[in-house]
Amino acid sequence: MSSRRYVLLGVADDGVFSRLKAEIEGLPNVEVIRGLSIGDFDGVSLAVFPTGVRYSGVPVSEVPTIVKKHLEGDKTVDQRFDGSVLPSTILPSRQKRIVLERVGVIDPESIDEYIESGGYEALKKALNEMSPADVIEEVKASGLRGRGGAGFPTGLKWEFTAKSEGKMRFVIANADESEPGTFKDRVIEEGDPHRLIEGVLIAGYAVGASQGYIFVRGEHSLAIERLKKAIADAKERSFIGENILDTGFSFDIRLVPSAGGYICGEETALIEALEGKRGQPRPKPPYPPQKGLWNQPTLVNNVETLANVPSIIMKGANWYRSFGTESSPGTKVYSVLGNTVHTGLFEAPMGITLRELVFDYGGGLKDGEFRAALVGGAAGGFIADLDTKLDFEGVKEKGGMLGSGAVLVLSDKADAIGVLLSIARFFKRESCGKCVPCRVGTQIITDIMTRVYNGNCTRKDLDVMLDIAYNMKLTSFCPLGQSVHLPVKTALEIFRADFESRCGD
Amino acid sequence: MSSKEMVTIHIDGKEIHAPRGASLLKVARDNGIDIPGLCYYEKVSPTGSCRLCVVKIDGRPGLVPSCMVQVEDGMKVTAFDDEIESVRRGILEMILAEHDDDCINCEKNGSCELQDLAFRYNLGRELRTLPSLLDVVPKIYDDSSPVLIYDSHKCIKCGRCIKACFEIQGKGVLSFAGKGLGEYVVAGIENWADSACDGCGECVQACPTGALVEKPVYGVRVREIDVDRKVVTTCPYCGVGCQLELWIKDDRIVKVRGYDDIPNRGSTCVKGRFGLDFVHSPDRLKYPLIKKDGKFVEVSWEEALDYVASRLSEIRDKYGPDAIAGLSSAKCTNEENFVFQKFMRAVIGTNSVDHCARLCHASTIAGLVRAFGSGAMTNSIEEFLNADVIFITGSNTTETHPVTATYIKRAVLFHNAKLIVADPRRIDLVDYATVWLQQRNGTDVALFNGLMHVIWKEGLMDEEFIRSRTEGFDEFIKVIEKFTPEKTEEITDVPKEKIIEAARLYGSAERASIVYAMGITQHVTGTDNVLSLANMALLTGNVGRESTGVNPLRGQNNVQGACDLGALPNVFPGYQKVTDPNARRKFEEAWGVKLPEEPGLTVVEMMYAATQGKVKAMYFMGENPVISDPNIPHVKEALEVVEFLVVQDIFLTETAQYADVVLPAASFAEKNGTYTNTERRVLWVQKAIDPPGEAKPDWVIVQDVARKMGYDMGYSSVKDIIDEINRLVPIYAGITYERIRNGEKLQWPCPSPEHPGTKYLYKDRFNRPNGLGKFHPVDFIPPAEWPDEEYPFLLSTGRILYHFHTTSMTRRTQALPQYVEGPYMEMHPDDMKKLGIEDGEVVRVVSRRGEIKIKAIASGRVYSGSVFIPFHFAEAAANMLTNDALDPISKIPELKVAAVRIEKIE
Repeated sequence: MSSRRYVLLGVADDGVFSRLKAEIEGLPNVEVIRGLSIGDFDGVSLAVFPTGVRYSGVPVSEVPTIVKKHLEGDKTVDQRFDGSVLPSTILPSRQKRIVLERVGVIDPESIDEYIESGGYEALKKALNEMSPADVIEEVKASGLRGRGGAGFPTGLKWEFTAKSEGKMRFVIANADESEPGTFKDRVIEEGDPHRLIEGVLIAGYAVGASQGYIFVRGEHSLAIERLKKAIADAKERSFIGENILDTGFSFDIRLVPSAGGYICGEETALIEALEGKRGQPRPKPPYPPQKGLWNQPTLVNNVETLANVPSIIMKGANWYRSFGTESSPGTKVYSVLGNTVHTGLFEAPMGITLRELVFDYGGGLKDGEFRAALVGGAAGGFIADLDTKLDFEGVKEKGGMLGSGAVLVLSDKADAIGVLLSIARFFKRESCGKCVPCRVGTQIITDIMTRVYNGNCTRKDLDVMLDIAYNMKLTSFCPLGQSVHLPVKTALEIFRADFESRCGD
Repeated sequence: MSSKEMVTIHIDGKEIHAPRGASLLKVARDNGIDIPGLCYYEKVSPTGSCRLCVVKIDGRPGLVPSCMVQVEDGMKVTAFDDEIESVRRGILEMILAEHDDDCINCEKNGSCELQDLAFRYNLGRELRTLPSLLDVVPKIYDDSSPVLIYDSHKCIKCGRCIKACFEIQGKGVLSFAGKGLGEYVVAGIENWADSACDGCGECVQACPTGALVEKPVYGVRVREIDVDRKVVTTCPYCGVGCQLELWIKDDRIVKVRGYDDIPNRGSTCVKGRFGLDFVHSPDRLKYPLIKKDGKFVEVSWEEALDYVASRLSEIRDKYGPDAIAGLSSAKCTNEENFVFQKFMRAVIGTNSVDHCARLCHASTIAGLVRAFGSGAMTNSIEEFLNADVIFITGSNTTETHPVTATYIKRAVLFHNAKLIVADPRRIDLVDYATVWLQQRNGTDVALFNGLMHVIWKEGLMDEEFIRSRTEGFDEFIKVIEKFTPEKTEEITDVPKEKIIEAARLYGSAERASIVYAMGITQHVTGTDNVLSLANMALLTGNVGRESTGVNPLRGQNNVQGACDLGALPNVFPGYQKVTDPNARRKFEEAWGVKLPEEPGLTVVEMMYAATQGKVKAMYFMGENPVISDPNIPHVKEALEVVEFLVVQDIFLTETAQYADVVLPAASFAEKNGTYTNTERRVLWVQKAIDPPGEAKPDWVIVQDVARKMGYDMGYSSVKDIIDEINRLVPIYAGITYERIRNGEKLQWPCPSPEHPGTKYLYKDRFNRPNGLGKFHPVDFIPPAEWPDEEYPFLLSTGRILYHFHTTSMTRRTQALPQYVEGPYMEMHPDDMKKLGIEDGEVVRVVSRRGEIKIKAIASGRVYSGSVFIPFHFAEAAANMLTNDALDPISKIPELKVAAVRIEKIE
């Protein structure tokens, strides 16, 4: 691993960036790399490497202090810029980093650093030492499950795709990350783009595909920039293209920015969009492994899923299974937000409890007592039990869904009704309009939630809302509409009293 | 479709047998289990968006939309229980919440699928639990189309219109815009008027609610419940023969729907659905007219018939029967054509009877009879769906045979067919083509020979077929030898790579179908062009099997029938030669008179015979040669010099103005009879209303004239005529009145009442005496007139979607002129720049025959150096310019190539 000194900037802020550039001028061996999402941050953050010390909420005026003390004097600036105490110390040490192992550690724009740190070794191993079937077996054995939310066994999906008849096969990395509160995939794309590319290449080899796509959320401009460069660099080094590394395997990857729309994260809507059509879901079956892009067998995997693959191939299924739980091996990248002291991304083994996540990683609550957490993003459910195990089964047992791994922590002072209203609005805005229950139901639920929020609803409204949400769960065309029921139902269970206090009757 | 394995399923305990893979919803409904549903439309792929048809299936979690489920053996389905019904009711209520149920002012009141379901589920307004959401549903009211109106507040976003536009019509003009409740249907990117919508109305027919309705182009807003009766009949426009359902109220056509039967399966084009109001035009002829002192005067039928009979008798007696020539009509019924040619032959005593087929497909008949034995489409329209390769040349199918084009487009879009378009113009089908060969006008033979050269060189021909089923190969191949791709490129301007690509595509296809129309036939080498296409099919064995063949698309509704029933100067009905003594004897015995032995005059020959003083009188039934024939100045001269001219029509046409007597005829809606469509299919024409004034069916008028001339045909109804046709015309022998009225839609040859008709020709043998198909060596001959220094542009003419023939019908409609009002000339922008002509500027176009003034429109459809003018419009008639040089065999004039000069008007 490189030992050069550099400053990574978190959320891109032009003022901080230019000031940093100016301040470090003349300092030997210090670089500024702009716009990296460090992983755990709120507000503008930067980190100084190789030590990895992070600074949150840095105003422009404090940049000279950090440069002077830390970069020139090598002393950590022990002061939080919004007045509280720092440095942020929840660190990689406590986390178990697999997919984020290089994020914030290497220069994401340098293919050399990726290679120096062991990158593309898994690809070489797969191509040179393993048959496609071996690769699929390894992934199956690892127990890796889809990190997009549904948790479908990845190896099985690969096998279905490999076994489907078609003129050609495709691999699509679903990088259209749009679940509210979720930003794990973006951080991988921005912080370690080659890892994703390597995952796509190995998947392509395993399922017998020759064309890959990374369908990336259009708003993620930095991710797009980094991925573009990474693809170009990988092509130049013959990791992508004809006869890769002289192994006879040919594979191309194209980057396609999404035109927008939460629904395009649904795999069949994504495929429609990729074909240049209106992003609306297709009926299933057939599933993409049978008939996907251009009606050919297509593997669609989430970014985090694919990012696990190089490590599994390199270190083996048994190693992978040493993390996490029996049914959900490996790690999970949780996006923690809300009322915790620390918010941001934490990669931790599957199966840690909600309590561990909130208190050990999130540093506890900023203010007030823990009330509940919305686990799984807008499409997830509210969970009040801190002993809930955070893996696919554990969350399901509590009536929720692990989903994308977004965890919105609410204290007893938080406005749960406001959260549910914003979820309702989100679904209303993102409903594609194709099926009746979702198109109409999201509007009705939003209207009722607005009345609840304004304190002029009736108890009957609450019943109607739950009925509609249930009908949506039973009859909606795709997971978008089906998802609405969970947050509504769990909110009404946990916050029943709050809701009733807003009713006029 | 191959027969499918039957499976057994249970729905609500009822045992049902159905083909594996059929839609569960359809199977249920077919068996009387009325699962509700709004987005399901049998003709298109299931959408699954309304969610009303959800059911429970044992072994599957949750509720499943039955429209998306394919039945499998052993399936156990619950279609109705309290939970499902409650869910359905909830969904229906949601739909009603976004729908403007202003039923009292809705055209679909009484025939609205949503209204029916709301009634079924007892969801009156006061019984609903959800409030109306109309204040948040954007109101899009698009009435910019000349023919339809879209209202987003009536729209339930089922998507049936969108799928109908794409999956049935192959157009894909419609799509959804907006998201969520803001979703609505949009044509193109903004509105109907600016979109590529051509007004076929397939979407209107597919709409379950009042979201898409017809504009009242027939004068009144009507609901289905207002209609007195519905009459199924055959469209009077082109040769596809679409089955239409005319909605009649107060003896007027008030709405038209496509009828779900062969050959159109419910589809129509804009003319068939929205262009039949000409029937009620105030311009309709209602009384017989005699020209007295240069002015038409209304007279009684008695006076008119006496006058016609006496003048014709007089001229026949004075100059002989061949001094009278008649034009029958491809717009009239089979029975009327039969009666008219019988009148000319048996009553007048001449074979000089012809009709406008001379100008469209005379060369088809000449060519295909020589090569195969019969001059008609070898295969059927629906067979295009299963062709591997479709080779289209000289047919702008989307405009001239719009519903046939839907089959071709669907073959390409959904059945993996490859399309080759060989056309000098960039017609719309080029968008669907794998290869487009843009040959120079008039170089078709060279192009086809070039293709065959490659097929031959690369060994792609069907040697077994050539050996066992053809003759003349050796002489033929000698001509082909010299048409190397290089030489072909030199003559045709088509790059040799494309020639090779197209030849390989056509040559390697299992089932390849050739489609052509007047771009092939209307040349001095028209017969050669047709022979050359026939050679291509013979060379590759692509004839005599399903989804193959050589398929001329006939232009007029009944041009096939008019030819079949002897409105041609050289043959009796059924293509029995007038020079054949046996044939003559048969007809002489049947008609009780001596019949002329020599073939008569063709259309253009008649006009020349008139100006030469040989023809003294003419009788035109439903033809308008003053617009439709080449070299109009000469036609006018002919009509002026003849001593006596009778015109029988539904309007006082440009030609009728020259007449001495005008006889008012009934339109298609006012009489019974049959048309034979382009695929040899005999289709019933049903009287829907009474003719205006004293107008009568053409056959009645002609029979009356005959009677006045002392010959009693003795027909009391159309049935009598059909009976006689059955007796005298072997190919129609089995197409009896009873079978037709029983709804059979038979294709000739149908030699006996038990015969099922013939879907495709030449299965086992060709119709030539020795049963073999014949190769003809055809060399390239340039057109009669090429552009030169004096006349540097090449003019081609043709039809457009929105008008028909001489516009006597289409210009008398409310909707069609809104799409295209009048004449224009397509011209390449480079040429316009060179000549300093602005887009839309009126210019003078001059040929050796005449000149017109016309608006020039910049268009990328024509290549630089060529122009295109629709021939429909009297005020700038393309046929003022066209060349009446004739194909020596078929006597078809070269309407497709003329040299012209284009001048700015200062």
